[in-house]
Formats: sequence, structure tokens, C-alpha cells
Amino acid sequence: MATVPPSRSRDLDKLLLRPGHLVGPNFEPGPELRDDIKEYVKVLVVGAGGLGCELLKDLALSGFRNLDVIDMDRIEVTNLNRQFLFRLEDVGKPKAEVAAKRVMERVSGVNITSHFCRIEDKPLDFYSDFSIIVLGLDSIEARSYINAVACGFLEYDSGDNPREETVKPMVDGGTEGFKGHARIIVPGTTPCFECTIWLFPPQVKFPLCTLAETPRTAAHCIEYAHLIKWDEVHSGKTFDPDNPEHIQWVYYEALKRAELFGIQGVTFSLTQGVVKNIIPAIASTNAIISAACALETLKIVSGCSRTLSNYLTYNGVEGLHTKVTEFVRDRDCLVCGPGVLIELDTSITLRKFIDLLEGHPGLLLSRVSVTHRGKNLYMQAPPVLEEMTRSNLDIPLFDLMVKIPKDIVHVNGMVGKGDKKQSCLRKLRVVFKGIDGVTDVDMAGGA
Amino acid sequence: MIKLFKVKEKQRELAENANGKGHVKKQSAGELRLHKDISELNLPMTCIISFPNGKDDLMNFEITIRPDEGYYLGGAFLFSFQVSHIYPHEPPKVKCKTKVYHPNIDLEGNVCLNILREDWKPVLNINTVIYGLYHLFTEPNYEDPLNHDAAAVLRDNPKMFQSNVRKAMMGGYVGQTHFQRLSSFDHFFTAGTSVCKMYAMTY
Ligand SMILES: [Zn+2]
Repeated sequence: MATVPPSRSRDLDKLLLRPGHLVGPNFEPGPELRDDIKEYVKVLVVGAGGLGCELLKDLALSGFRNLDVIDMDRIEVTNLNRQFLFRLEDVGKPKAEVAAKRVMERVSGVNITSHFCRIEDKPLDFYSDFSIIVLGLDSIEARSYINAVACGFLEYDSGDNPREETVKPMVDGGTEGFKGHARIIVPGTTPCFECTIWLFPPQVKFPLCTLAETPRTAAHCIEYAHLIKWDEVHSGKTFDPDNPEHIQWVYYEALKRAELFGIQGVTFSLTQGVVKNIIPAIASTNAIISAACALETLKIVSGCSRTLSNYLTYNGVEGLHTKVTEFVRDRDCLVCGPGVLIELDTSITLRKFIDLLEGHPGLLLSRVSVTHRGKNLYMQAPPVLEEMTRSNLDIPLFDLMVKIPKDIVHVNGMVGKGDKKQSCLRKLRVVFKGIDGVTDVDMAGGA
Repeated sequence: MIKLFKVKEKQRELAENANGKGHVKKQSAGELRLHKDISELNLPMTCIISFPNGKDDLMNFEITIRPDEGYYLGGAFLFSFQVSHIYPHEPPKVKCKTKVYHPNIDLEGNVCLNILREDWKPVLNINTVIYGLYHLFTEPNYEDPLNHDAAAVLRDNPKMFQSNVRKAMMGGYVGQTHFQRLSSFDHFFTAGTSVCKMYAMTY
């Protein structure tokens, strides 16, 4: 073997430069691999909070050179105990900017671009640029959004196999106190976030009448102030959980309420927690989960070891319990599934298309409603929408789909006959015949 | 996957191609499921749905309920629905936009309906919620009070509750609280329905 020039990341080299028998498929060790990771791999870290700080540091120290980080939050005093890249003088500054700056100061050669904005503010092109996306988030909504974006790049071939060059892998970490999870999402292969959304327990919602009449806990008092009292006092003004004055107001009102009912335990941080649905974060749990995520990222990219398959749970509440579960993807998932391939002539009207679905052996759908990129092309009900969309029935579907040669369309309707009728929602891959640019040739790369 | 990333990155550097796909809005799983719920709605005549932002925004809609029996006969009550992108993982947010004298609806329009909060399940749908709201008007209940006073009156003196509801719907004071006259109520009377029918329903 050729001698390798000394590297700052000597330990990492042991993984990347030498062959092994536990490696992933297609692993090609050598200095080229190490250098390619530096040069060609772009990683997006979503979130610059407790997990994000750890992730940026870990990824930078794992040999990644091109990192981006996106976060819409500013640094608060209460972050400082665990979001170790931040100092007291940083309070009020954007998390993404400070985190990027601090890691670049410490790890020479790494280049981190920060984005101080909402994830929804970025165009899809922004996300398509990255090789892999690592998530350090605390909300289901944000995960669901990024998942939809990443799965949206996925394309399937005519045999319903994912096209490798369109796969945008994700690594997702999350913590709640002493518990956490790390998972990999390879759209088209592993379950996506939506396939397994049931893994996330719904937020506990107290009955409003309990809050109004019989509060028993500090959280009841806070939710009373937040959900009932706020509207009573601020008619019309919507409550903004990111506005410190609003939180402060809710906190004082909750305190008064607690006093009235002789309830203990209302604090400012509990108020923040209840209102923003934040579970107390513990620095070490964040460190463990982030480390697992950074390792998986390195493994997916380099192939230096087989990846997690596919969901790791960590529980440090009593002693330590950790295990890996292999969840299976939902082939009918509306977000990551292939959908049913349908080839059409450009002249076919929406009405004929709907008729066709009823006879399609893979669908047998009756009473079909159709939606495309957020536009409701036809709705069976309610009457007000049926009326508004009826005129589309005689327009060619190709025109309604603004002449996009191939795209995803969602339909829902009834399957089965008689008493066994069941409603269902399906994803379709509509391809128009004879349009330039729908051949396989224009696809990037090729496997 | 390094090989792939390398190829892609090189291509990107070469091309920087803007193929116009960039700003397309992704439909969330929540929107798709809601689309299904809406296209399968099967509402009674007493419930009317409308979409203030047009046919392509299903996430925000309104329901008008016109009870055809009970204390609230003759009234029309407007509810706003706000549905999140992670629906049905989370229930829709529902507010009553019509100020109403009701034990389970407060004066700010908060609604105490179990399936909107603690008993929400992803298998439930918009239809279930609308029926639930409708039932609040045919069977108001004093056991889950949001309007404490109204609940106490309903429990202790249904006759007085009936007269308070009517007072509120016709426009006037119930205790310290002023209610606007419901325009539906005008219509109700001009349409010739007799007041006796209203009294006949009281206990
Ligand atoms: Zn999926």
C-alpha cells in the first residue's frame, strides 16, 4: 500500500484509508476517499440548538469541510447551559451565525455557511444542493417539512426502484430529557419520517373546560393563561410563542391563577416549555445522540462501516437501555412511496383521466378527486368545491398540470364494491407520452 | 455514496442549471389527508362549509351551523377551522366566530369539545368534528363548562336557560354580557316560523 501523508485526523484515517471486513458495500478506502469527502460532500445541518451545536462540531472533526447550518432562532440566556458554542455576550444573536463562526475558529479548514431564516424560506434548489441533510430539531412540523422536501427529490424508474442519483439521505436526531433517538432516512429504501409518524406521541392536550374550571397542575394554569386568558384580554391579537413579552405575560397570568387555586410550580421556564411544547434538554443526551448522528453521516457518505438499520433509541432514565429497530417503509406512503405509474396522452381530459382510474387494474378507484401541486383540479365534495372545479373536467390534464411532462398527482376516492367500499388516497406518477425531456437520458449521473 | 456525491457535485459546478423546478411548493402529508377528508365530506343540511381563500386553500375553512332543533333553533353559528401540516397527527384548531351564550363555548369562541383536544385520534376526521360541533347545539352540556354562568343556569333552571339563549340570539344582555342580534334570527322569524314552536321545545 502507498504511504499516506500525515493527516491531522489520524484516527479518522484509520477508518477511511484501510480496508476492513465490517465495511459497507462499495467501500473504497484510500486518501482519495478522505479528500473527496473534504472536497465534494456538502452537509446541511438543520437546527443550531442543543443538537446542532454538537453536530457541527462533530461533523467538522469528522473530516467534513463543507457545512451549512440553518436556524431561525436567536440565542437566549437559557440556551447557554448546553449549547456550548454560545457565550453570554452572544445572547440575542442568530444561533446559526454564531455556531458557524465558533466552529470555524476552532477547526481550521472547515467552511460553514450559516442561514438565519426559516426552513420554509429557502427554495427547493437550496436543499437539492446538499449531499446529505442532518436534522437536529425539536419539532414534528419541521421534521415533516424537511422530510417532504428531501423525499420530493426522489424519482423511481419504471420498475418502481428508486433512482440512486435522486436519493437525498437524511440523518435525524432528537432528544427529550434522558431519552433520544438517532435514525437514518434513505428515501425509497428505509421508512421516511411520514411512514413512521406514529412513533411520535401526540402532544398532550388538556380539555379546555378543565383549564377553565378545575385546574390541578402548574401546566393547567399556564395553558389557561395561554389559551383562554390571552384571547380574553388581547382581543384579536394572536399569541406569538417566540415573543418574550408574550411569554412573560402568560407567565404572570399563570402565576396569578396558580395562587388562586393554591397550585405550586409555575416557573418561567416551565411556561416556555408548556407553551412551546419543549421538553427539558440535557447536554449529555444531546452529545450522545449527536455523536451517533455524526457517525452515521460519515458511514453513509464514506461506506467505511455499515449504517444503522435504521432507528436507534436511547434511554438513560434508569441505567441505560439502547436498541436498534429496523422499521419497514410503507410502500404506499404518500411522501416517499413510488406511487402508481400512469402514462397518458397529452390530449386526455380530466374527465377521461378520472374514468380511466376506475378501470385501472391497480387502482379501481371511483368517485375520484384530484390534486396537483396544491391545486385542486377536481373535488367530488362538498358541493361548493365541486361547482368551482367542475369546469376543469373538460380541459386536458396536461394543460391543467401546466404542461409538466411528468409529475406527481394525488387522487382519492373509493375502492371496492358494495358494502366493502373503502376510501383511499393514492399517489400517482403521471407521465405524458411523446414529450421531449421525459426520457431517461436527461437524468443526472446514472447508477 | 461518495461516488454519487462526487459526480453530482461536479455536474452542479459545471451546469449550475436552473431548470425552473426551484420554487414549487410541496404539498404536505397533512394537506393531502385533509384533501381526502374534504372531498368525502357528507354534511347535513344544517352545516354549510365555505372556503374564504378559494378552492386551493383547504387548510383554512369555515362552517356555519344552523341547528334545526333545540335551544338554538333559528341561530346560525360560524366556526373557523385551521388545519396544520401535520394533520391528522394534531387536531384542527376550531374557534366559534359568533358570540354565543353556551355552556361549552366561551365568549372568546373557545370550544370545549373532547375530540378537539384530549380525545383526538388520527382516525377521526373533519366530518366527525363538524358533527361534534353540531351536537353541542342540540345537546349543550353543563358538565364541561367553559361559560361557567351559562352552565349553572342550564343545570339549575333549564327554562331560564332557554330564555337566556333566546335573549342572546335576539340581541341583548344576559347578565353583564351583551350579545349581537343574529341576522339568521331575523330571517327565521320573517320566514314565518311561530314562536310557539320555540316555547314548545322548552322543558
Ligand atoms: Zn414514507
